Amino acid sequence: MPNKTLSDSAPRQLDDWIVIEPDGRILIFSGKVELGTGVSTALAQIAAEELDVPLESIRLVMGDTGRTPDEGHTTGSKTLQIAGAALRHAAAEARFALLEMASAQLDCEPNELIVQAGVISVRRDPARTITYAELMGGERFNRSITGIAPLKLPESYQIVGQSAPRVDLPRKFAGLPSFVQDLRLPGMWHGRVVRPPSPGATLTSLDENSAPEAQVVRLGNFVGVVAEREELAIRAAQQLKVTWQETAHLPPRSSLFDDLRRQPTTDEVVAGRGEVEIALQSSRTRLKATYTYPFQAHASLGPSCAVADFRGDQLTVWCSSQGVYALRGALADLLKLPLEQVRVIHVEGAGCYGHNGFDDAAADAALLARAVKRPVRVQWSRADEFIWEPKAPAMVMELHGGLDEQGNVVAWDDHVWSPSHTTRPRSGRELLASQLMSGEAAPAPRFFGGGDRNAPTNYNFPASRVTMHWLARSPLRSSAMRGLGAAQNTFANESFMDELAAAARADPLEFRLRYLSDPRAVEVLWAAAQAAGWGAPLATDEGRGLAFAQYENHGAYVATIAHVAVDRSSGVVRVRRLIIAHDCGLIINPDGLRNQIEGNALQALSRTLKEEVTFDSSRITSVDWETYPILKFSEVPDVEIILINRPEQPAVGGGEPATVTPGAAVANAIFAAVGVRLRDVPITPEKVRRALEALKR
Amino acid sequence: MTNRITITVNGQPHTVQAAPDTPLLYVLRNELGLNGPQFGCGLEQCGACKVLLGAEARPACRLPVSEVGQTPIITLEGLGEGDELHPVQQAFLQAQAAQCGFCSNGMMIEAAALLQQNPHPTDDEIRAALDHNLCRCGAHLRILRAVKLASEDPKGLPLPPRVVEHEGDL
Repeated sequence: MPNKTLSDSAPRQLDDWIVIEPDGRILIFSGKVELGTGVSTALAQIAAEELDVPLESIRLVMGDTGRTPDEGHTTGSKTLQIAGAALRHAAAEARFALLEMASAQLDCEPNELIVQAGVISVRRDPARTITYAELMGGERFNRSITGIAPLKLPESYQIVGQSAPRVDLPRKFAGLPSFVQDLRLPGMWHGRVVRPPSPGATLTSLDENSAPEAQVVRLGNFVGVVAEREELAIRAAQQLKVTWQETAHLPPRSSLFDDLRRQPTTDEVVAGRGEVEIALQSSRTRLKATYTYPFQAHASLGPSCAVADFRGDQLTVWCSSQGVYALRGALADLLKLPLEQVRVIHVEGAGCYGHNGFDDAAADAALLARAVKRPVRVQWSRADEFIWEPKAPAMVMELHGGLDEQGNVVAWDDHVWSPSHTTRPRSGRELLASQLMSGEAAPAPRFFGGGDRNAPTNYNFPASRVTMHWLARSPLRSSAMRGLGAAQNTFANESFMDELAAAARADPLEFRLRYLSDPRAVEVLWAAAQAAGWGAPLATDEGRGLAFAQYENHGAYVATIAHVAVDRSSGVVRVRRLIIAHDCGLIINPDGLRNQIEGNALQALSRTLKEEVTFDSSRITSVDWETYPILKFSEVPDVEIILINRPEQPAVGGGEPATVTPGAAVANAIFAAVGVRLRDVPITPEKVRRALEALKR
Repeated sequence: MTNRITITVNGQPHTVQAAPDTPLLYVLRNELGLNGPQFGCGLEQCGACKVLLGAEARPACRLPVSEVGQTPIITLEGLGEGDELHPVQQAFLQAQAAQCGFCSNGMMIEAAALLQQNPHPTDDEIRAALDHNLCRCGAHLRILRAVKLASEDPKGLPLPPRVVEHEGDL
C-alpha cells in the first residue's frame, strides 16, 4: 500500500480523513487506535451518522504513520471527546461537499436534495439519484475542512446513540487474526531479549556460544537472541550464560511511603481559595488522615509484542503503541534513522490501560530485526511484562479538614506526593532498549503530570487548597495508567469526605450535597442513591459506601455506591453490588459505554482489594498472576449502571471516569459495615483484620 | 532434536516436525497458523491459551506436544461446525462479551467444555468453571451472561449483524 501524502500536523484536508472508494466503501482515517475499548465502533458510528451512510459501509484505518493523521496518543478518555468531534466535522464537510457536487450534477439546489444510505436524490423527483461513489469517481475531495458545513442535530440521530455491536468482536470470537500477536511475515524469526534480573544491573559476562540454536545480539547491555522457531528463541534465552551486577536501590516496602515523603520535591499549589491556614486554626473540629496507594501494574493479559521489518533502509514496525507518531520519533532517534525511514503501524494488542511495555517491545523488535537482517517478532514473557512495564506510581495523600460548630466544612487542605505519571517516549532514551544499550538511566520526566488529576474536589468549601509535592524520580519505572492520579486522589478525597461526614454526624450523601450546586453532580448522586436504596437497613456487618467525582473536574460525572459484607474473622470484604450513575453528556453507543463502565468498575475493584507491585531491595518480586493476583470470577459483584444521557451536551470520555470512585466507595462501605477506616490500598483481608483488632483494644 | 509428531486438530491429522517438549501452543500457532489460543503467561495461570483436549479445557502453553497423543484437539477455530459458529461464540457476540478480546478464546473454550458436561449450569457453577480464566478488562459480567445465554437457548440466539470491516485485517 503506497503511503498517502499527509498534510501538516493538524490535518485540515478532507482527504486526510475520508476517502470514498468506487465500490461505495468509505475509508475513515483516524490517528487514534483501538485499545480494546470499542472506540473504533463509536468513531464509525459518528462518521456514518454525519455522512448518512450505513454503518457497514465504513472501514476504519487507524494509527499508521504512513496513512493516518497525527492525532497524538490515544489516552485519557479523550478519543470520542476530541477525535470524535474532529471526525464529526470532517464527515459533515464531506456530506456538504457531496451535496454541492450533486446539485451541479442533478441541476438543482442542495436544499432540494435528500441523502439516504449514501444515495442522493431529488426530493420532488426521487427517480433522479446519484451515489456518493458515482460523484467521487474514485477522485479526492481536494478541499479543506472549512467548518462551514452544518452538523446534524442530535435529535435527528439514527446511528449515534444506538448500541451498535462492536466491529472487532466477530473476528476475535471466530479466532481470525486480530492482534499484533497474530501477525506473521514471510521469513519472520522470533526474538527474545535477555534482560537483567533488576533495573540498573550491568552486564558482567556473556558467553555468546552458550545458546547455539540462536543468533545472539549484543548492543552494550542489550542482549537478545533470535531463532527461526519461537520455542528455540525461548530456550536460547534461558540457556544463554550471562551474569549481571545488581545494585540494591529500592527502599524497603515497609517504609516506602515515608521514603517517598522524604525525597526532595518541587511544590506547587494547584488549586485553592480562601485562607486555609486561618480557617483550619479557627475550626471547631480538625481532622487529619493520610492515605497511601502502592505501585500497581497495568498487567495486560497479553504481554507486549511487536514485529519489525527492515527493507533496504526502511523500517516498518507493527505494534500496539498508543502513540504511533511519538513512537516513530523515538525509534528514529534510537536507530539514528531519518523520520521518513520509519513507519509505525498500530495493530491491536491485549487491553493496555495506559503506557505498558508496547513501545519498548517495538524497539526490541526493531533492534533485533536490524541485527539479523530479517523480520523479527518479539514477544515478552509474563515476567518481562510484570518487571519492566512502567508502573502506576505509588502516591501519598495527606488531608486536613476543619468543621465548624454546625458540622460544616470550613477548611480543606490536601497534600499529595507523586512522581510524574507520564514518561512516554519522545526520544529514544525513554525506551528500555536504549537504557540497556547505553547503560544510562532514563531521563527525568520532562514535566510533572497526572498526579494532580482529581486532586482538587468539586465541592464548594469556603477555604481549600491542594498542594502537589512532585517527586523528581520514582523508585520504580512509572508512567500513565488508567486515570493517572485520579483514582488515588479520589480514593483519598472521598474517603476523607466520609470521615468528615462521620465527624459531623451527617449522612454521607446529604453531607456531599451541601457542597455541590452543579445539577449534573447532584443528579448522579441522587440517581445512584435511589437505585441503591440508600439508607435502607442492611444485615449485620454489611454496609453501603458512597463516592462521587467529576473526572478531571470538568469531564464525566460519576457516583458509585458499594454494598459490602465484611467477614470479621477472616477480614474478607465481599463486594455484593456496585451501583454507578454516570453522565458523560451525549452517549454515542450505550452498550459500549456500559461495557466500559463495567470494566472500569471491576478493574478498580481489583486494584482496590488486591493489587500491589512488590519488590525487595533490588528486584520486583510480583512477577506472575500468583504474586500479582487480580479479581476473579468468584469475586465479581453485580454491577448496576444508570446512564444519564444528555444529547444537548458534548460527549466527554467514558473510558476512565468510573475507575476513580469504586476505591473510596468500598472503603466507606467497610466503615459503614464494621466501623474501621482502611486508608492503605490494597484493602486486604489482613489489613481489615488488623484494623478490627485495633478497634477492639 | 526434532521428531515427526502427529496430532489431530479440529478434525484433521497434522504431522509436524518439533522437539517433543515443545509446548502445544507454539505448534498450534506457528506450525498450524492458528490464532485462537493466545500466549498470556506461559505458566498455566491465565487461561488465554486454552484448547479442548478431548472434552477437557486445557492450557496449551506448557503441555508438551508429545504428550497429546491421539487425543483430539479443538481450538476456537474448530469450535463451530463449518461456517456456523458454536452456540457459545454466538452467545458471546449476542452479549458483546469482551472488551479487548484477548481472554475470549479461553473463556469460550472453557464455556464450551462446561456446557458439554453440564448443559444447564447454575450461575455459581459458571463462575466456578471460569475462576481460573483471567480477564483484565473487567468483562466478567458479560462473559457470565454469555455463558448463561448459551446454556439457555443456544439455537434461538439472534445474531447481531457483522458490521464494519476493520482495516486491521492481518
